[in-house]
Amino acid sequence: MNHEALSVLASLFPFLDWHGFFFLLFAGVACVAAVMVVLSDNVVRMALHLVLSLGATAGLFFLAGAEFVGAMQLMIYVGGTLVLLVFGVMLTAQTQLVALRTPAGDRVIAGILAAALLAVLVQAAFSIDSWQKAGQGVATAPTATPLGMALVGVRVDQVADENLVRPKSGYLLPFEIVSVHLLVVLVGAAYLARAKRRRVPRPVDLVASADSVKPGSPVAASSTLVAGGSE
Amino acid sequence: MAEFLIETIGLPVWLSWTAIAGLSAFLILNVIAGGALVFIWAERKIAARIQDRLGPTRTGGRFGWLQSLADGIKLLAKEDLMPDGADALLFRIAPYVSFCASFCAFIALPFAFDVVGQRLNVGVFFVVAVLGLEVFGVILAGYASASKWSLFGAMREAAQVVSYEVPLGMCVVVPVMLAGSMDLVTIGEKQAGWASNWFIFHDPFTFIIFWVYYTCALASVNRAPFDLAEAESELVAGFHTEYSGLRWSFFFMAEYGSMFLVSALAAILFLGGWNGPVPVSKLLGLSDGMAVNAPYALRLLGCVNLFLKAAVGVFVMMWIRWTLPRLRIDQVMTTCLKYCTPIAAAMFVGVMLWQLFLPGGLVPGSFQNAAGVREGWLEQSGSEESVNKDSLSGITPSRRIAEVSR
Repeated sequence: MNHEALSVLASLFPFLDWHGFFFLLFAGVACVAAVMVVLSDNVVRMALHLVLSLGATAGLFFLAGAEFVGAMQLMIYVGGTLVLLVFGVMLTAQTQLVALRTPAGDRVIAGILAAALLAVLVQAAFSIDSWQKAGQGVATAPTATPLGMALVGVRVDQVADENLVRPKSGYLLPFEIVSVHLLVVLVGAAYLARAKRRRVPRPVDLVASADSVKPGSPVAASSTLVAGGSE
Repeated sequence: MAEFLIETIGLPVWLSWTAIAGLSAFLILNVIAGGALVFIWAERKIAARIQDRLGPTRTGGRFGWLQSLADGIKLLAKEDLMPDGADALLFRIAPYVSFCASFCAFIALPFAFDVVGQRLNVGVFFVVAVLGLEVFGVILAGYASASKWSLFGAMREAAQVVSYEVPLGMCVVVPVMLAGSMDLVTIGEKQAGWASNWFIFHDPFTFIIFWVYYTCALASVNRAPFDLAEAESELVAGFHTEYSGLRWSFFFMAEYGSMFLVSALAAILFLGGWNGPVPVSKLLGLSDGMAVNAPYALRLLGCVNLFLKAAVGVFVMMWIRWTLPRLRIDQVMTTCLKYCTPIAAAMFVGVMLWQLFLPGGLVPGSFQNAAGVREGWLEQSGSEESVNKDSLSGITPSRRIAEVSR
């Protein structure tokens, strides 16, 4: 027990262990910012806190030596999601600096759901044996190569196993299925969201047809230019 | 370096890591700040030259070379204004968000072999991901200013950066494919030797995709002709309309830092990185051409090489800015979606096929053997090559597997 208390103290005391210090820092920022997302009522403030929370999570990944996952977290979650979120805010907000108010009933429901999820996650996290021991060592020279090889069908971590005659097949098929699915969704979204063509003739077309100029004359050319340019 | 402090001098572990981290951060900060000073002066002189003027001539004696410093002092002395309706917190932190994104990307950028803040195995990916975050500061600034000009500017910037990340990502993948690694140090080392080893001269497709990359980089750092976010003829000053003084200058530090960053990235990915066009040190017998064994003086020379190449890239950006008119927003989108993305995709396929069918170039043996730095998973090779491979990619498959299974 004394040993555990000492190790906790060591991880709290920054000058003994930078690794522990940064873990506490990132974890603290992630948790506080996540709570702030829920508590603040300004949409853009929420976005900022979400950026902080997700960015601190990326920091945790880098700290654990999972550089590829950390960069992914930055690219997809921090970058993509938040730019999309800000787009949504800007396209939907009717007044500037809009404030959101959550009804009390929603707060209760959300609280219950969040508590249940947290309980499940904590239970799951503490049930894994290898996560209970502290100091498994910092991963040395992390590399994304095994991930890439596994995606194209070669599991490099399985090759060393003498019992396996050939490497396992990896994740090529799931990867392809997911990417094709995403492509279909993308095309569908673009089809649904694209601007409908205008049926009503525009004034400039009416003028052009009423003038009954010969095709190729300067007036016709310029009106086509205008029509084409505004398309 | 931290290991050197720990083992040779005997400093405590935490102190040596702190010292090295502080030193790296200090150097990177100076690269950005010093670069901004030099480039702002250069921009004034180049703009003047192109417009048949003289530009700054008096500050600091000849050539007005102290002009940027005088500007900096002026900015420091300016009143710090904030609009009444602004969201105070977001308005204040927005410039720092932009600057931090620019600064963070520099952490993973190597200036020469192993002269890098933190060598990342996914360096290219990290730099591109962090560079995309710079737009968040701009969006915050535009939204928090409570001004329509700012909001318009921020919206344009957001649309532009989100669109141009797609072709930019595709262009960046090509050198990664050729080098077989996302590590920027490895990519740079793969191009050691004569200039024909540079990836831009690897095949016709890479030559084209370099220009696509440069166009997309120009758009993603918000420079003319893609500077719609601050189009002064339409939007007063765009997203930084309401900013003044030091906060305003932080936006410009971020912009010039990003310009230098994407140019340096272009140099590393396509233009041979820190390797000169002629392997002088190898010809003179000062080194064996392998950066691993090169003395530190040569690495310093590599830094100079990279800075020169990046400076040329920044110069071309300025040249373009004062030569081309600004695009309309629909033209910006057309350039991205109808030209850059399809060209990048086609060139990507082209490079892939070239690698498949003509891995040695059109004339077999016309490429010199670059340093054997490919991260060779599952690949058995000769002893000499594998030694260099060990030291470059850090760890060999067998050792890695052994560690994983342990």
